Amino acid sequence: MKVLLSWLREFAPIEGDPVELGNQMSDLGMAVEEMTIIDLIDGIVVAEVVGLRPHPKADRIQIVDVDPGDGVPLQVCCGAFNMAVGDKIPFATIGTTMPDGMEISQRKMRGEFSNGMCCSASEIGLGSDHEGILILSPELVVGEPVMAQLGAQADVLWDLEINPNRPDAMSIAGVARDLAARLNIPFQIPKWSVDHLATSEISETSVSVTDSELCPRFTARVLEGVSVGVSPLWMQTRLQLLGMRSINSVVDVSNYVMLELGTPNHTYDLSLVDGNAIGVRRAKTGESIKTLDGQERFLAPGDGVIVDGSDVAIGVAGVMGGSSTEISDSTNTILLELACWDRTAIARTSQRMGLRSEASSRFERGTDINLSVTAVERFCYLLNEITPGGIQTEEKISDVQVTKEKQTTISVRTSRINLLLGQKFSGEDVANLLIPIGFEVVQTDDADVQLVTIPSFRPDSETETDIAEEVGRHFGYGRLGATVPRSPNAGHLTFHQKARRLIRQVMVGAGLDEAMPSPFLAPDAVANTGLSSANVVHLLNPLAIEESVLRPSLRSGLLTALAYNQSHRNENVKLFEIGSVFAPSSAGSGLPDEHEMLGVILGDNDALAAKQLWDVIAAGLGINGELRNAIDLPGLHPRRAGQLIVDDQEVGVVGELDPRVLENYGVSNRCGWLELRLDLLIQSMSQNSTRLYGLVSTYPSSDLDLAFVVKDEIQASDVERTIRSLVGSELASLELFDVFRGEKLGEGKRSLAFSLRLQSAERTLTHDQLASIQERCIEAVETTHDARLR
Amino acid sequence: MSVYEEIISARDQALSSIQNVADLSNLVDLEPALFGKKSTLGSLKGLMGKLDASERASVGQALNQAQKEVQEAHQQSKKHFLEHERTLQLSAEGIDLTETLRNPNHRGHLHLVTQTMERLEDVFVGMGFTVSEGPQAESDWYNFEALNLPEAHVARSMFDTLYLDLGERTEIGDGEGGEATKFLLRTHTSPVQIRVMESQEPPIYTVCPGRVFRRDTADASHMPVFHQIEGLVIDEGISFTDLAGTLNDFTSAYFGGAIKSRLRPSYFPFTEPSAEFDITCVICEGSGCQTCQRTGWIELGGCGMVHPNVLRNCGIDSEQWTGFAFGFGIDRLALMRHGIKDLRDMYTNDVRFLSQF
Repeated sequence: MKVLLSWLREFAPIEGDPVELGNQMSDLGMAVEEMTIIDLIDGIVVAEVVGLRPHPKADRIQIVDVDPGDGVPLQVCCGAFNMAVGDKIPFATIGTTMPDGMEISQRKMRGEFSNGMCCSASEIGLGSDHEGILILSPELVVGEPVMAQLGAQADVLWDLEINPNRPDAMSIAGVARDLAARLNIPFQIPKWSVDHLATSEISETSVSVTDSELCPRFTARVLEGVSVGVSPLWMQTRLQLLGMRSINSVVDVSNYVMLELGTPNHTYDLSLVDGNAIGVRRAKTGESIKTLDGQERFLAPGDGVIVDGSDVAIGVAGVMGGSSTEISDSTNTILLELACWDRTAIARTSQRMGLRSEASSRFERGTDINLSVTAVERFCYLLNEITPGGIQTEEKISDVQVTKEKQTTISVRTSRINLLLGQKFSGEDVANLLIPIGFEVVQTDDADVQLVTIPSFRPDSETETDIAEEVGRHFGYGRLGATVPRSPNAGHLTFHQKARRLIRQVMVGAGLDEAMPSPFLAPDAVANTGLSSANVVHLLNPLAIEESVLRPSLRSGLLTALAYNQSHRNENVKLFEIGSVFAPSSAGSGLPDEHEMLGVILGDNDALAAKQLWDVIAAGLGINGELRNAIDLPGLHPRRAGQLIVDDQEVGVVGELDPRVLENYGVSNRCGWLELRLDLLIQSMSQNSTRLYGLVSTYPSSDLDLAFVVKDEIQASDVERTIRSLVGSELASLELFDVFRGEKLGEGKRSLAFSLRLQSAERTLTHDQLASIQERCIEAVETTHDARLR
Repeated sequence: MSVYEEIISARDQALSSIQNVADLSNLVDLEPALFGKKSTLGSLKGLMGKLDASERASVGQALNQAQKEVQEAHQQSKKHFLEHERTLQLSAEGIDLTETLRNPNHRGHLHLVTQTMERLEDVFVGMGFTVSEGPQAESDWYNFEALNLPEAHVARSMFDTLYLDLGERTEIGDGEGGEATKFLLRTHTSPVQIRVMESQEPPIYTVCPGRVFRRDTADASHMPVFHQIEGLVIDEGISFTDLAGTLNDFTSAYFGGAIKSRLRPSYFPFTEPSAEFDITCVICEGSGCQTCQRTGWIELGGCGMVHPNVLRNCGIDSEQWTGFAFGFGIDRLALMRHGIKDLRDMYTNDVRFLSQF
């Protein structure tokens, strides 16, 4: 909402530094987004056109000779052709800084000098017309500044951010009321009235409202003798400064009243309203209407409509009028409508139609049901003022107020306000803050309780808590003070949160950078990663089809990130991500299944690098995991991947991505991959969180190297497990130190060489004991794994 | 020559041969001639048996003395050669430490959002708060209704919501003939607050950080996916001044003492009274600059006293318990703090960006 100081001052004698006034409005919850100081520019003077000549080299500009007041004509190039010799026009002299900041200097246009600028209305900050040069009234004095002669004044324009709970502040009068209360100065809405010159010829127009919930009040008046013309510059200027376009005198007055009092209203050409009758009802199924913007709009049964005597819709209630009864140059008699609408109904209609107008944004917040007659009088007063010869108005106002004025009165406890605001106000303090903004306060017998009547322009205020906000707001949030509550708990992170941080640190320590790709995917991205796209969650209203699916895996995002880096020549990129993946609820209904995953992508690395990283993670988190080679895992290399098992549960996969998947993303070289369920990982951590001390042996150790020839399909880890379980506690360490394939070993076989360190915690192992371990080891591996000692 | 003279002569001879040795291997070669049975001193030792008992002691002493001197000289010489050899070896091992070939083992980096989030969590944990989390896919109840945002509430338009297609709705938003959509991506972390209040008894002091979603086209200052942290305090006698004080403490703990906070009236359906939460501009520290549009302040987030309807929706008696809540964006905070001009840069996942922090 934009407000103009001069306009505010028509309601309250506001004085002071514009910046300070702006601060006060911000502090009242009407945040100043922008402030503009409007200066009168003395350099723009009245000049007379003394000659018009064509430009020798250009058709679209002409040469104008103007007399700026000293009798010496100046040559000016001008792109407008609407003036004649003898016209008086606004002329910006050289050295003038225009309202838009442009400085006027002598220029050459296609070879001809231009010594100033002939101005349109909008160029000098008056009105909205920028089509031609503004032709001024012949009475104005040549050579004198234009603005002063037009009665314009220096002004301040503030652009305020108005919250949805402040319907009152959607008007000049409402902002003035709030500011006046803060400044402790009087506020008043003037009484406007017109002499009613209505003749008996004005017909009775009937008004019928059947849905009181939709339309609590409907006020109408017939105005005759209207001649639709151009509104005066001062009105055009104000409308333009507040962000509205000047259309014609009737529409301008309508908008002016809406901005001034916050009461949207509508005018109909009465001669086009069938049956001289107007009514309100809910729309019927299949009904449609052509609105003022020329669009055919389909109505839904909840929408409110205004209908004529034949029950045909002539307007969408609270949103936009219909084109069939639009005011035109030939309009002579108008019907002015000033209605109050149900907030929710208007919000629904405007949201459904995707049509937010100045009117609907006010109705959505709620308009003042008690201001209808004042607004009608204001409209008539203004239109009468600006119409040459005046207008005639019906004295009668057709006023259908179905719901009686709703006076909401609530009990307010001073103690409750003090509790919420942390203050020690007296009941009187509270009353003194509320009364200037229109609330009525009456003390009850209970010293703590006052009865507060909420004004009709604050439909948002309903409860004691709302009143507390008003009290705090007008006292000033900054003056309420600050205290710090003491938490009775010790602040802490949960085990899960600490574990997740540890995992991140392990990843960073292993040289990985953390990525945060988008969780939204294109529909084909899931299949491109080799996963099934059958079981994914779709968005109902995605911004784009490329962002319409919730990721079922971290794969696509990390692949995209890797491809991006490779295409920017970033090499050896290793990324990880911790993020949620989604699948339709396994319970069949309700919220989707959502799991936090750890994903790792290792560019230019193979499955073994990914597996080594898993070892680092497992060691870092203190997890005993088991890796099982797996064939044909979806999207992974068919022979270079495995499943990770922790505590008998599959927690994820490790390996290399399928080259076909890499191709889909334009990733070159091999690519290591790891994706793990974070919750399961952390679960197994908490189970092992307290570890008991294992004695460090003080006895000497002996090393034993054993190499076995085993078939390729035998997992090295299985051989390891056999050795471990056989040797038991006397195995201090076990390492696979060499893998060898060769013709001598035979097709499909390789040699696995293990190094065992044997050590007892209780004694020095004897030669015989060592020999026995060796012998049993060999036998166990050979028989269990169909292997032979090499 | 007396036996003593012979000892002296043998000693001198031994010492001079040690003196003349050129390197360690010569010295080793010389060892039999110095200490062996056939060495001069050794053979003199062999004569001991032939001496008178009266002489034996003093000759023995002279022999021992001579032998000791030779041994010492030998030791010294050996030490000298070993030291020399090591010096030669070490200087031959010299390298240029700046000759670093490609080093793939660089340190990894946490994403800037993670770093910012953890820093914020740590400040609140220090103030006695816990950290609460919840699902990103939510129901309409947790994201809106429980927060005093019933269907068709005007303020719902403040949130451009992404809805989920789970086959359990008919139409977006509402309108006659269409049910409201039931599931969505949370537009703020407030649903976590509801879940905490439903499941925990007050007093509650917690923050809810996390990822949130809006139906927004990505530009320099907006992303459809971003991050927030919200705080919730429910206790007996909590007032608006407690909110102001908590935010003040947080502001100076996180940004440093020069940065203050202030509250301005605002509107949120879930709080009453509601406020906008500004902090001293972190770039100019209040003197006015481009970032703060010369006001000296920047808008950080929203806050207020928890609306009684919200407490009621969570089964908390609003007469006994009062509380406040606040929330702000994490991404924008990181942007500001690190001088990043375009929010989208944070999400390209370019390692040249990631590795800067």
